[in-house]
Amino acid sequence: MADALICARDLVKVYRVGDNEIRALDGISVEIARGEFVTVMGPSGSGKSTFMNLLGCLDRPSGGEYLFDGQRISDLERDALAAVRNRHLGFVFQNFNLLARTSALENVELPLIYAGVAARDRRARALEMLDRVGLSERTNHHPSQLSGGQQQRVAIARALVMRPLLIFADEPTGALDSHTSLDIMALLQELNRQGMTVVLVTHETDIARFAGRVLRFLDGHLVADEHRAAADAARLLDEHQAVA
Amino acid sequence: MNLGALLRVALRALAVNKLRSALTMLGIIIGVAAVIVMIAVGAGAQARVEAQIRALGSNLLLILSGARTQGGVRLGTGSNYTLSEDDAIAINREIPEALAAPALRGGAQVIWGNTNWATQVYGSTPEYLDVRQWTLASGRSFEPAEMSGSGKVALVGQTVVTQLFGDADPVDQVIRIKRVPFRVIGVLEGKGQSLWGTDQDDLIIVPIATARTRVLGAAHAVRQRAVSTVWVKVADGHDVKVIEDQVRRLLRQRHRLQPGTDDDFSLRNLSEAMAAQEASSRVLALLLAAVASVSLIVGGIGIMNIMLVSVTERTREIGLRMAVGARTRDILGQFLVEAVTLSLIGGLIGVVLGIGGAMAVARFAGWQVLLSPTAVVLAVAFAFAIGVFFGYYPARKAARLNPVEALRFE
Repeated sequence: MADALICARDLVKVYRVGDNEIRALDGISVEIARGEFVTVMGPSGSGKSTFMNLLGCLDRPSGGEYLFDGQRISDLERDALAAVRNRHLGFVFQNFNLLARTSALENVELPLIYAGVAARDRRARALEMLDRVGLSERTNHHPSQLSGGQQQRVAIARALVMRPLLIFADEPTGALDSHTSLDIMALLQELNRQGMTVVLVTHETDIARFAGRVLRFLDGHLVADEHRAAADAARLLDEHQAVA
Repeated sequence: MNLGALLRVALRALAVNKLRSALTMLGIIIGVAAVIVMIAVGAGAQARVEAQIRALGSNLLLILSGARTQGGVRLGTGSNYTLSEDDAIAINREIPEALAAPALRGGAQVIWGNTNWATQVYGSTPEYLDVRQWTLASGRSFEPAEMSGSGKVALVGQTVVTQLFGDADPVDQVIRIKRVPFRVIGVLEGKGQSLWGTDQDDLIIVPIATARTRVLGAAHAVRQRAVSTVWVKVADGHDVKVIEDQVRRLLRQRHRLQPGTDDDFSLRNLSEAMAAQEASSRVLALLLAAVASVSLIVGGIGIMNIMLVSVTERTREIGLRMAVGARTRDILGQFLVEAVTLSLIGGLIGVVLGIGGAMAVARFAGWQVLLSPTAVVLAVAFAFAIGVFFGYYPARKAARLNPVEALRFE
């Protein structure tokens, strides 16, 4: 597929624990195209987190080849990986991972700081992203002054602020109630509709149904790769509100 | 990340645990304050020694008349007047780098009006003032006519002024030394105590010929031009040792001493004794500073300890920063700046306390202290270096974390 944003071939990741070798990933080959909304599923220990760490350029594979946007990632140095993450990848975590005692605005500015963007530019771009996730009224609030859903929106704004090619969401709704979860999924779907590629890790089928493609992992192997029709989070949200 | 941004991040992180940061700084604060107080005290002691050396006059040689043996009894240095005024004149003539002044000395009772005082009377030449680096507080020195004509004129020291004249102006007053009237023509500037604790200002100087004939009595008059001591000042920039040898050779030649025989005078290099004293006070100052800097190093270990705790506590934050693009040097810089900020703020507080402490020592203990800007700059620079040195290991530990493990750290 010429349009593949992610191209993984025979990815292997081996951990050494004492004398034992653990093959967390055992020969994974997969391609993800631009604009896809993919969910990665599997029980804990299936290798899905390891897979995500490799795709997210947080870790390097023990074997195989990984091309991101045509660039070989497998043999990049530490700081080069950091630069790829900074420029092309956005991360959303289960526990938000916002800096405490730091305003929403400054949290969103963080990737821009490491990219060396000038202060005035940084502020403008961070404000624009906070506006896009609907938090323009809360820019000076600290994480402790925001609800879980609002914190996750700040995290999404932070993931978007460098205009990445791809967003990784690792259990983004794991710490949220079902209504707020729908809200966040609606936001991710909307971003996807605007062209953003999204890779979502979850173990909840409720959440996985919003993706058009499911990759299922088991014991370090990719056991299923299904394309299907995605549910519409925004419509579900409307229905919820209508019932309430 | 630029330095300003790093500094803001560091200050915010330090503000989170204010008590902890303050306690960590305490080690550096005490260390820097101790270094500054100790250097001030040491430098004060050194300055006092130097002032005493200046008062005595630097580059000074003292020639004493030799020993005399009378019927098998050796009478000790100065018992025989082997030196003469002509030796001093010869030194001045033959060795241009040296300035010599002969001196006779004796005790005498001095009377002015209805007060009297026992003091030392020196008979010497106008060169004596130059040699001893003595300046006049008022009046004038001897004139050539007074030297050759045994003029009855005198220069008085500060102690004599206080004891005899009180508040009155001594110049042009007439005093009696051993009942001989002398006119006071000048007052010497105060020199204070010598290194061995004698009062250098308790003296009167009169022309040498006058001293011999009028004051010091018959014993000194026996040999016409004999003197007990000759002071020699070596001009600045010349090696005192070399001049000392030249003087010795000249005197041996003038006294017609055969090679292999002992000197009939003793030649002492006063600057050398002074230098030894100065060196010992400098060693003391260094020792004090070294002891104080040990506490600075202990403070540095405190910083390292807290920074290691801080890195562990903030592992997830580090992981997040790495995930959004922080490079090794960004994380390294962040924690290094934090450690240096701790040590520098501690250092600056320490400077303030140290200066206050030094002033308190001067005020309450009465010691002489000398605060030098160099010592302050040095102490702050040392604190900075401590921050870098002890902050580097924790910062490197943070920068080398694996982003995956750091993000998952509980």
